[in-house]
Amino acid sequence: MKKQILLGLTLCSLAFTTSAQKIKGSETVLPISEKAAQVFMKSNSANKVTVTGGGSGVGISALIEGTTDIAQASRKIKFSERQKLQESGKAVKEITVAIDALAVIVHPGNKVNKLTKEQLEGIFTGKIKNWKEVGGEDLKIVPYARETSSGTYEFFKEHVLSNKNYMSGIMSMPANGSIIQSVSQTKGAIAYVGLAYLNSSVQAVSVSFNKGKSFTVPSVANAKNKTYPVVRPLFYYYLTKSESKVKKFIDFSLSSDGQKIVEEVGYISVK
Amino acid sequence: MQKRKIIRRILDNITEKLLTISGAVTGIAILFITFFLFTEGAALFQSPQVEHGYALYVNSSNPVNTLQPEENKAIFDGEITNWNELGGKDGEIKIFRIDDAFQIYPESELGENYELLPAKLGEIISKEENILAFLPTQYAPQGAAVKALTAKNIQPKDYFLGKGWLPTATPVPLFGVLPLVLGTLLVSIVALLIALPLGLGVAIYLSELASDRQRRLLKPVIELLAGIPSVVYGFFGLVVLVPIVQKALNLPVGETAFTGSLLLAIMALPTIISVAEDALRNTPRAMREASLALGATQWQTIYRVVIPYAKSGISAAVVLGIGRAIGETMAVMMVTGNAAVMPQSLMESVRTIPATIAAELGEAPAGGAHYQALFLLGCILFVFTMIISISAEIISKKKNYKAH
Repeated sequence: MKKQILLGLTLCSLAFTTSAQKIKGSETVLPISEKAAQVFMKSNSANKVTVTGGGSGVGISALIEGTTDIAQASRKIKFSERQKLQESGKAVKEITVAIDALAVIVHPGNKVNKLTKEQLEGIFTGKIKNWKEVGGEDLKIVPYARETSSGTYEFFKEHVLSNKNYMSGIMSMPANGSIIQSVSQTKGAIAYVGLAYLNSSVQAVSVSFNKGKSFTVPSVANAKNKTYPVVRPLFYYYLTKSESKVKKFIDFSLSSDGQKIVEEVGYISVK
Repeated sequence: MQKRKIIRRILDNITEKLLTISGAVTGIAILFITFFLFTEGAALFQSPQVEHGYALYVNSSNPVNTLQPEENKAIFDGEITNWNELGGKDGEIKIFRIDDAFQIYPESELGENYELLPAKLGEIISKEENILAFLPTQYAPQGAAVKALTAKNIQPKDYFLGKGWLPTATPVPLFGVLPLVLGTLLVSIVALLIALPLGLGVAIYLSELASDRQRRLLKPVIELLAGIPSVVYGFFGLVVLVPIVQKALNLPVGETAFTGSLLLAIMALPTIISVAEDALRNTPRAMREASLALGATQWQTIYRVVIPYAKSGISAAVVLGIGRAIGETMAVMMVTGNAAVMPQSLMESVRTIPATIAAELGEAPAGGAHYQALFLLGCILFVFTMIISISAEIISKKKNYKAH
């Protein structure tokens, strides 16, 4: 009986909390938001934060439709999405909450451990087909990419492939985890994953964006001191008119406590 | 007593009404879903070929007026570099994007809300004869020497017969579904070819040869297979099947159409076995006994009497098996490698329709061409499965009494 009353009370209090806020969007940003929401709710018990994934596109269209308060995105808001916002007379604010570095990975038995941007471009657009062309053994290169619509896919295309399209028929995997799995069991494989996902079953490659003058190992330290070139910002978007509602949470995620969470999850803090 | 009867009648009446209503609601829901699917899908052919909100501009002295989607892709990938390959004058194509404008002019020169941007863009285009500019229509360049390339809407021919699926390519996405359709059919049909002999064998064993105890043990175990979530199958496939296929066949990659078929075959087995076994066991005892009494052996009875009698049931099992295979998403997505190429052989990676929808819908901007193209893929899948279930219905109704 006591339990039921307690349950009823909690349900009532949930229903009456005024500052419930919803966060929706990118799977890449999801771990940060989840952890931040947990910690945030501990100190602000009156605020309820619900976090869901679905993808950057889902998050932003939910923001436009008004079904979420904050959209988390691993890519910048697209021009067409911005236009839709303008049509409905809304404006968004963009907050960079963390930085993610992408690591290029190969099979641990591969002799090649450094590649230039030009070589990476050649490999992923299908111009370089064999490992011996970049100093490895005589073995077919099998490039893996993320799914076409993930933010990671577009970021890699813009920054490493200089906006060229991936080779037609590139293998694409639904998640970072399955990319690691596939690369660890395919000898000729090459792929890219978020730094947070890197583990010892694959080998990370040093990259050079200055035509081979210097190569940098992907690591949190190198990403932070800006010597590692393949980094991207992760965003929170919210409508300017609902600023007062989300301000507390946004402030928290940018505070030193919030940024500590970012680092715990495996990303790079913006401060 | 009388009262109770009345109450019962009222209750009966209410239940009847409730059942009618729930039937009607289900029917309306199905119609609504179908309607929604097809209207969203059909809207694709009203979308322009160039990415929404953008257009391509050239210098007005350029004789080229329009570009095909494939030509656009080749230009922006750096494969076509000269206008004379496209029927224009001899001159290297200069690609210009909106971001380049910010490198030429500092932002302060463009006005607060970029009011001066269109004029500046027009200036750039009129100066450069061989330019191909990809710009948002909101900042359409102004000037006498600017010509916009005519943009057609997406053509059904390009969609249904196109061989390239590059939905996020800029400036012109390619929506050719042929590789996806063929990939789906290839994986499903090969899966069926593997599962059918195996499933029929097990069904015959279970219904004709197994003892009561064996059957009591085997049947639930096989039905348990149908209850395993498909993600678990997918994970099993990725971690176990993929390396096995790769090593056994000595392939560079283990994620192939064949791996997908193998996994789908395992997943379709329980359906095929239980439907076929039910059909076999439905053969009347009298027919079996008559055959045995005439001196036929048990095996002769099975393939001369029981199987012909159960033909329609077995065909239904086959069709239901295909249905299971064609709609499977998660497991296939994890083991086939998802490369959108025209399938050349079984040992290459393919991409199926359900995997494409599942992987891409989450990140596609709602209402855009990509989003609509995915809905249209859903329509294609819907038509496939509808044909399959209708044929299952027809086959299972057609009783074949003509015994040998």
